[in-house]
Amino acid sequence: MSLLNQFKNGLARSKTGFINRLDALFNSGEINEEFYEELEEILVSGDVGVDTTIEIVGQLQEEVKDLKLRELEQVKELLLNKIIKKLSFEELKETAAPKNHVIMLVGVNGSGKTTTAAKLARLYKEQGKKVLLVAGDTFRAAAVEQLEIWAERAGVEIIKQQSGSDPSALYFDALNAANARGFDIVIGDTAGRLHNNYNLMDELNKIYRVVGRSVPGAPHEILLVVDATTGQNAIAQANSFNQALPLTGIVLTKLDGTARGGIVVSIQDKIGIPVKYIGTGEKMEDLAPFDPELFARALLG
Amino acid sequence: MFSNLAEKLQNTLRQLRGKGKLNEKDVDTAMREIRLALLEADVNFKVVKDFVSAVRDRAVGQEVMNSLTPGQQVVKIVNEEMTRLMGEKKSSLSSSSKGPTPIMIVGLQGSGKTTSAVKLAAHLKKSGGRNPLLVAADIYRPGAVKQLRVLSESVELNFYSNEEVNPVQICQEGLRLAQKEGYDPVIFDTAGRLHIDEEMMSEIKAVKKAVHPEEVLLVVDAMTGQDAVNAATSFNEAVGLSGVILTKLDGDTRGGAALSVRAVTGCPVKFVGVGEKIDDLEPFHPDRMASRILGMGDVLSLIEKAEATVDKEKAKELEEKLRKQQFTLDDFKDQLGQLKNLGSMEDILNMIPGGGGLPKEVKQMALDESNFTRVEAIISSMTRQERHNPAVLNSSRRRRIASGSGTTVQDVNRLLNQFSQMQKMFKQMSSMDKKGALKKFKKGKKGFPF
Repeated sequence: MSLLNQFKNGLARSKTGFINRLDALFNSGEINEEFYEELEEILVSGDVGVDTTIEIVGQLQEEVKDLKLRELEQVKELLLNKIIKKLSFEELKETAAPKNHVIMLVGVNGSGKTTTAAKLARLYKEQGKKVLLVAGDTFRAAAVEQLEIWAERAGVEIIKQQSGSDPSALYFDALNAANARGFDIVIGDTAGRLHNNYNLMDELNKIYRVVGRSVPGAPHEILLVVDATTGQNAIAQANSFNQALPLTGIVLTKLDGTARGGIVVSIQDKIGIPVKYIGTGEKMEDLAPFDPELFARALLG
Repeated sequence: MFSNLAEKLQNTLRQLRGKGKLNEKDVDTAMREIRLALLEADVNFKVVKDFVSAVRDRAVGQEVMNSLTPGQQVVKIVNEEMTRLMGEKKSSLSSSSKGPTPIMIVGLQGSGKTTSAVKLAAHLKKSGGRNPLLVAADIYRPGAVKQLRVLSESVELNFYSNEEVNPVQICQEGLRLAQKEGYDPVIFDTAGRLHIDEEMMSEIKAVKKAVHPEEVLLVVDAMTGQDAVNAATSFNEAVGLSGVILTKLDGDTRGGAALSVRAVTGCPVKFVGVGEKIDDLEPFHPDRMASRILGMGDVLSLIEKAEATVDKEKAKELEEKLRKQQFTLDDFKDQLGQLKNLGSMEDILNMIPGGGGLPKEVKQMALDESNFTRVEAIISSMTRQERHNPAVLNSSRRRRIASGSGTTVQDVNRLLNQFSQMQKMFKQMSSMDKKGALKKFKKGKKGFPF
């Protein structure tokens, strides 16, 4: 299946109710106050967030007036473009480091870090890269085993330590090994942590510093894994994690459900962290690069 | 938890409170604010609509307009409606009349089912004196069975699984084992699944048919957004939920899921997960939560918490010491330790009426837990003699303590000053007590509100 189809399939299941309503709205004929209110409700129900929704709809309203738009199809295109613009995308920078390109995955508990680490490992392996996985979640019971099984399935190497050991020490060892043996891509898992837990965020910052000392310029990517079902709290998550270590992107997981993940529009708008990948299922190949236009279109039909 | 929502609602309601008379416009403005606050807290938009219109209808009705304190009346209505939204009374688990009680745990991926299953079992063992069995029925996610086994073993709970057979059979075998060995209840930890995955949903239907659970608990991540109700509705339709466990409430989530799920499914929130440790599971009290959200505090929970954590023997000892004026720096340190056991200062503050509504700067001062650590470090750096008799602390000793505890001499001096003031206060109190003056003091003659 092509990535594009995979992406669409993931979103297709999640959008039906939303799109029907929007279509009904666009087919109802009139652009009036009620229309905008309904539009607001639709965006809010997609977790886009109150602030961002009011901003988008407010601007839309003004522009429709200025441009004297009468066709609903035009209004729809305008709205679409607004959202796409908010989701501007930055290219991945694998090329920056020819060897030992380090990608770290961080996020709250249960967002899907370990699974995403495995999916990324498979993706790069398919591209013919030499990949190393670092089993950095030494806290959750059996998290190491979980990644180990994935690593075996993907056919990539993994570095692990006993459950309960210090993750910074593990990263230190792992990156020394990587330096000695030379990998193309090093993918580091971390334990899930709530972003308001000061000590755990501190621990994360320590890992970050250790990684930076071991491999110059690393970590090259720090991806925040966000569950698409997350509501407004995702903004707080992005803010806090970004303070602990500089995030370079977001992986939006579990888009195969009914959640639309609209919160990423707010995160991109307010904090400026772009989505880079989306997770669309439990299988290893269910990972696709993020495409803002596809996302926005799927979001609005 | 819930602090952001609480702050917003309190501000809105404070504006109403001050007014002697309310007109419809005031109410409408307040309702709009409440609507936004709830939406920002991820309360489902349909639930928000219903909630706001219910409050509005009552607020513009006779009971408010004719009242002498209409603002207060609105606060009361919001509180009542919010309690109703969350399910009025605390609901407990039901158990089977004979044989082991089967409890099924279901939910989306990553919501916290496995951790919650273990926490629930540990809770029932500790507070109910039961002997539970945990059954791992997640054969899909790599490492899931081992995760449950490791967690069960870490707190000495019975565990069963069989990776050779399908989840329905695992659960049946687990139930049989419980019947044979007399384990009760049996908690089935099922695999995380999407509510629109028909194949997986029919699997839990089959499990339900096979084990006839007394309780089917949906685990919901408190950080979930608008989608929470979709998932909850689908699970409810498929397996008929009896309750909800709300997890990750120790985050700074505004917890709208808690308000919405109950409203949409009619299933009460029975437990909340408030931390990563196994005993971080609490029964959910909707009425107390509502009053905490509205800044009315939750003294009941605070007292219960204090009773559970404070060592009674030690408390008695302390009372005796206070009476005899033998309160030392050692006791002071003990007290700080016990206060810490109560939970984070923010939680405690929010449970005190009005505490949540304090200005940010005041809160920050009270919340700065590093102060605690500093005080503890200073006291720990003193010798026994110094702790019992601070009078011996000359400047050289103070310098030694400061460098030993990584603080400054000023810090040490400040602590000693505070301590001596405290001692003076205790002295006054006990001398008043002797004269019976304390009673008069307590009754509020001197402008005390209580």
